[in-house]
This record gives sequence, C-alpha cells and structure tokens, in this order.
Amino acid sequence: MRAFAALVTQLGYTRSRNAKVALIADYLRAAPDPDRGWALAALTGEADFAGVKSSSVRTMAMERVDPELFRLSRDFVGDTAETVALIWPETVPPANDLRLADAVDSFAGVSRARAPTLLAEYMDRLDSDGRYALIKLATGAMRVGISARLAKTAFAQAFGLDVDAVEEVWHALSPPYASLFAWGEGGARPDPEGTPYFRPFMLAHPLEDGTVDLADYAAEWKWDGIRIQIVRVGDHVRLFSRGGDDITAAFPDIAGHMPVEGVFDGELLVRGDAQMGEAASFNALQQRLGRKTVSAKMLAEAPAFVRLYDLLIDGSEDLRLQPWHLRRARLEQRIGALPADRFDLSQIIMAQDFDELGRIRDGARDAAIEGVMLKRRDSLYVPGRRVGLWYKWKRDPLSVDCVMMYAQRGSGKRSSFYSDYTFGCWTEDGELVPVGKAYSGFSDTELKWLDKFVRQNTVNRFGPVREVEKSLVLEVAFDSIHESKRHKSGIAMRFPRISRLRRDKPAAEADTVQTLRALIT
Amino acid sequence: MSSAPHWIEPHPHGIFVRPANAWIDPSRPVSRALITHGHADHARGGHDAVWATPETLAIINLRYGRYPGEKAVDYGTTLDLNGVKVSFHPAGHVLGSAQIRMEYQGETVVVTGDFKRRPDPSCAPFELVPCDIFITEATFGLPVFRHPPTSEEIGKLLAMREAHPEGCVLVGAYALGKAQRVITELRALGYDEPIYLHGALEKMCALYADHGVAMGPLLPVAGADKADLKGTIVLAPPSALADRWSRRLPDPVTSMASGWMRVRARAQQRGVELPLIISDHADWDELTTTIREVAPKQVWVTHGREEALLRWCELHQIKARALALVGREDEDEG
Repeated sequence: MRAFAALVTQLGYTRSRNAKVALIADYLRAAPDPDRGWALAALTGEADFAGVKSSSVRTMAMERVDPELFRLSRDFVGDTAETVALIWPETVPPANDLRLADAVDSFAGVSRARAPTLLAEYMDRLDSDGRYALIKLATGAMRVGISARLAKTAFAQAFGLDVDAVEEVWHALSPPYASLFAWGEGGARPDPEGTPYFRPFMLAHPLEDGTVDLADYAAEWKWDGIRIQIVRVGDHVRLFSRGGDDITAAFPDIAGHMPVEGVFDGELLVRGDAQMGEAASFNALQQRLGRKTVSAKMLAEAPAFVRLYDLLIDGSEDLRLQPWHLRRARLEQRIGALPADRFDLSQIIMAQDFDELGRIRDGARDAAIEGVMLKRRDSLYVPGRRVGLWYKWKRDPLSVDCVMMYAQRGSGKRSSFYSDYTFGCWTEDGELVPVGKAYSGFSDTELKWLDKFVRQNTVNRFGPVREVEKSLVLEVAFDSIHESKRHKSGIAMRFPRISRLRRDKPAAEADTVQTLRALIT
Repeated sequence: MSSAPHWIEPHPHGIFVRPANAWIDPSRPVSRALITHGHADHARGGHDAVWATPETLAIINLRYGRYPGEKAVDYGTTLDLNGVKVSFHPAGHVLGSAQIRMEYQGETVVVTGDFKRRPDPSCAPFELVPCDIFITEATFGLPVFRHPPTSEEIGKLLAMREAHPEGCVLVGAYALGKAQRVITELRALGYDEPIYLHGALEKMCALYADHGVAMGPLLPVAGADKADLKGTIVLAPPSALADRWSRRLPDPVTSMASGWMRVRARAQQRGVELPLIISDHADWDELTTTIREVAPKQVWVTHGREEALLRWCELHQIKARALALVGREDEDEG
C-alpha cells in the first residue's frame, strides 16, 4: 500500500502530463502482481466495490472522532476522504503493512453493514497518505487528474509497448490484468479474440496550404459529432470513443440496434431540425455525453444515429489491410442490412477538381459540418496519423473582435503568466458582456506582452482572477457558435483562440453580441 | 464568566491590561504596548512606550523603524507596571518571541502570542508557564493539523534537490522566522552548500546571524547566473513563487514550507509541487497537550480555529471562551 499511497500523493502535486506518465510507469514497473493491476484499475476508474459507499467512510469516522470536531474539520478541508485521513487518531505509530491486493480482496466481498468496521481496521494500520489512497480506492473516486488513456500510456511506456497495441487488448481484459503485465514482461500478447474489443482509430492530418489530386483522394464531409467505433461479436455490442473509452451505456439507441457482426467506424450525431443531413450541432450532442445512463426523455428529445465512414472488420474478416476503396465498397454493401433510422452512410462529395471542392466546402453552412475529409483511395486502415493518407480540411474559422475583460494565470510552465483570457462584446445598451475564454493562438512573444498588459492594467482582483481595463481588442477565431443557456451572453463558441492582438483598434469599435448572434448555425 | 469586569479586557484590536494601562499586541496605535513578537499582525507601528524582548525590538527596528519609547526586557526579568508584575518567557515561535506572564492581586495570566512546542534551532524553546488564565492562539486548532517530524520534511527537500540536479528547488517561506528555520534545519541535517535567497529575505537572515544563529553560507539570487543556481535550494517569500521573479531560476520545483501544506487543496491552489509541512505554530496535539500541562482554570482563545478548540475544552470539561481579535493571521505565515 505504501508505494501506491506515495504514487497517489505525488500525482496530486504533479501538473505536467509527462511527469505523471513517468510516475505511473515507475510504479507499474516496480510494484508486484496483483497489486499493480489493482492500482491500474483504480487509476482507470475500473475498480468498483458495491459494498463500500461514501456513507461507510462517514459512519466509520463518526465512531472514532467527535462529530462536531469532524464537521468543523470537514468544512475546512473540503474533502471527506482527506479529512478522515488527516484526523484519524494514531494511538501507536501505524505499521503501514497493509497490502493493496489484500485490501481489494476484502472490499470485493464485504457487505455494506460490515464495510465501516473493515475500513476502520485498515485505517489503524496505515499512515495518513495510506489512509487517503485507500479511501479513494475503496470509494472509486481517485480524482488524481488522469484519464484512462493516460494510465494506459503509462503502462505502455513502462514496458516499452505501443499504446495502441495496449488499447487493442485492454477491453478484453479485466482487473488485475495479470496477462497484460505478463505480456509487458516479455510473455505472449493476450489474445482478445471472441470479445468485442477496441481497435485504434486511423486519424487525419490537417491540410495546411497544399492541394491534393482528386484522382487519388476521395472527399467526404467532416461531421462535427464524436468519432465512434461500433464493435459486434456474437451478441455483444460495444461502442468506443476515440480515446478507447467504452461509451456503450450512454447510447443504448445505437448499441441495441446493430444487427451486423464486425467493426464499424463512424460519427455519432443526434437528430437535428431540417438541416442538411438532419444532424444537429455538436451542442445538441453534448447534452448526451458524459452520462453513465440515459433517460427515456433524453432518448426521445435527442435521438442518436451514426453516420458511417468505414468498415474495419466485416463479420470476422479483417479489412484493415485492404485499400480504402475496397473497404468503402464493402461498407456500401452492408448498409442495407442496418436500420436506416440509426445508421446512414457518409456521402462522397463529387467535385470536378480541387477548386470546385473548395467552393463546395465554403458553401456548406450546416452546423454539423466542420469541413472536408480527404482520404487516399488506396490507403490502408492504419492507427494514428500517417502523413499523406488522410487529411482534414476544415472550413475557414469565423472571427470577431472582442475586448479583454479578465485574465487568469496558466498552469505548468505558464504558472507565472496571465495566459487565460475572458473576453467580451458590446450589448445594444453599450455594456460589455463576456462571450468566451481562450488561452491559445498567440506566440511566446505575444504572451509576454499580454502578461505585461494584464499586470499594468489591473483594475480589480477576485482571488486568482484579475479584471483589466477594458481597452485591449483581441481578434478571436472560432469554428462555430451556438446558443447556450449556461452563459450570460446566451452564446458559446467552439474552439475559440486568439488570432491577433488588435492594439490598433479602439475598444469601442469591437463587435457586438448581435453580430455574434448572426453567426449562430 | 463572572459579571464583574476582569482586569484583563479583550477588545477587537488587542488585549487591554487595565491596571497597567497597557495593551498586548494592539492593532492600532496606543500609548503603552507589550509586544509578543515581530510579525506584522502583532507588532504595529505608532505606539509611544513599547516593552518587548531585545530580539523582537531589533526585528521591529529592521522592519518598521524605531519606537521612540522602546524598552528591552530580557526573558525572565520581572517588571512592575502599576502593580502588575510582567515577565516575558520564550514562546518558541520565532527569534525573540515571548509569552507574556502577568500577575495581579494573586491571579496569574499568560498570553502565548504565537507559539510552538517542537525544537527550532533558530530560536529559544517554549517555556511552560503555569497560570490561572491561559490565553492561547489556535492557528492550527483543528484535529486534522498534525505536523510531521521536521527532519522528515527537510529530508524530502534534500531528496528533491538530489533528484533534480538540472533545476533548483524554490521554497516559499515567510520572511521572518520560517526562512531562517528552514535554513537552520537544513544545516542541522548536515547540508552545508550555499543557500540562495530572494532579496526580501536577506536582511532578516543577517539579523538572525548577528544574534548568534548559525546560518551557514547564504548567497543572493540577484546577480547569480542561471547556471550557478542548478542543483541548489532557493528561498523566497511565498508571494514570489508564482511571480515573474521566479522566471530567472533554472526549471524550479515549487515548494512551500507551511503548516497549511497539510491540506492538499491548499498546496494545489498555490501550484506547490513539493509541500513541506513545517510550521512555527503549535499543531492540534501541541495545543491540547499544552493546555493539559499548563492546567489553567480557564482557557481564552485569541485567534485561529477557535471553535474546534473550544469544543475540545468542552469535551474535557475545561472552562474556555473565544476572544474575537481582528486583523490576526497572515495566510503566508504558519
């Protein structure tokens, strides 16, 4: 438990992604089985103990600590697990000899009634970092700021494996991942055959300034939903997001309606109004993301469907090493067997040449279209981004002139710089209201200048936030703009970034909220 | 409490000792003041007559200028102020810090100012002074505050420096007390490399050295090459941690020495990567142990998390009350 507790504590104080990966990798290399497997499960959010609830933790604490002193402490610390870890009375120095795997075995079998007693026994054996890590593990809420993907990356780095190869087998395995670690240490790669497992996505490079020959490349719309992989093996259907997260539970309206065995690649969208392709904006889709389960009301109001791009595996035949045009032909054959209200085909855009394609792209005003995809007709389906195979050619961004209103310090290397800016536009009454926030798009030199501007023009401080003199115009570029009830201005930008500093422009000449509203798609 | 006014009167801006016509650590100018130690929330300017230890007066002179009517009182010397017997006793908080003991008409009162019990190589150790009324601070008056052994925390600092030879460890430490404590604790563990200082710490470190506290080699960051700072320990006031000043340092690991570092969110809010739980205040166990050992008839709590300490007194059947003093406690201190 000691090494795991140290890892959890260090992760809490580490901001850089690479440093986090290195910490986890070091732990995974050094810790024994099956402890490290359980640790990995905890970090990827796959450790769950039905018998242990946060109420068990509270009940346990109340038996050892005066409830009033506990309440005052909890109010100050702000986190129940941490409060318990810090306040737990140590009558003798704790032996700190609990083994992670033993604790996990006990948690797995414990009843709700006995959970507080079991936890208390463990608390007596651990020091404060150990108590903290164990409570977080037991209640399944690590919150150390790492995603499942980052933990898998760390595993791959620890054993010199390719993270995509790890992704492929991940969903076929379960904690404590004995066969995964055996593979890491030179054994055979676990065989995921017969389970609906994830295949890493093929991704596209941005098409910067070049052109491509449409004789070699096919063009498709780039839909603004989320990339999704649908896997069916036998009766098992799984949906995976781009990062390999299993999102099956959030979309039963898709998972329950895939009749064909195989692996499909497509874009998950929700039905919109009478727009081209009948797909609503990304905003509508967001309402359905991040939910563990979904209500009947959500299913009715925002029904999902998938616009298919590719067919990786047909039945049990792997097509990934066949050229795109053959896979596409196979996809077109299969589409007829799929329910039309849940699945359709991403259409190929017909254009004489690249210039005409450009005109078609610029003419597309659909909210669900981000731009155009260009796929080499002979491209194999290879994981990751490979130069020359697939390109994304986004629509030119929209831009408006806004006024800087507030600034906040960044994190990591930027922690001494005011690098996060809230900007606003004018209302009809001549009031400036915030319309968005951006922390990218500028050069290092511009950042230095902006930082200085903030420091010299601060008119108010609210904790870490500085309000600045409303004098600096920022040209803000963004991909699209949507209605939003969460923002005072009633609008939300997608991918806003600072494209230019308009030091030449008086603040009064910045754009109005009305101008922004006219750009809503 | 009895309804008759006591000879010691708590007011929002200080404790008034009526028969002596003197205030303890008043936060506004008065004619007669008794000062426990040199931190800004206890030692304000503008008083006429001031009694304090020689070290505290030296610190005040350095920070805020001279009081015209200053009167140095050594630890253990008894004064008579209009029939109140007053003496100063080490509080173990910072150099010169004192508890003030007062005796009047057979009743003894001790005001701790700020104090700690664990050893500190940069100041005299706390002295246990028996009394009837014990007026204590409660900065860390919650049972979650238990400071670990100082050598463990200093060990973490040395290990981080060892593991980070291409960068430096930047330790945020309050300019009076904490910075000198960290330096002397490092020396106590045998670290004899030069320690680099932010300009705001230099004078106070020199004052400590003048008072016989062995600080070892200290160098200013100003004027040092970035390359010279590789593999070193740098001390700065907490406000400089995320300031532009830190850009001159080679890839610093941000650390902070404070009792508040016991709480993760406190460290994370400040972007601290290496929290060091080193405090110049008593932790919960020290506070409660001290109350038990002093065994007063009453406990009065001046500032901090007084609610929890009052609750503890209630659970242990000790008569206690809170005094709401204003303007105490600096977030960076502790």
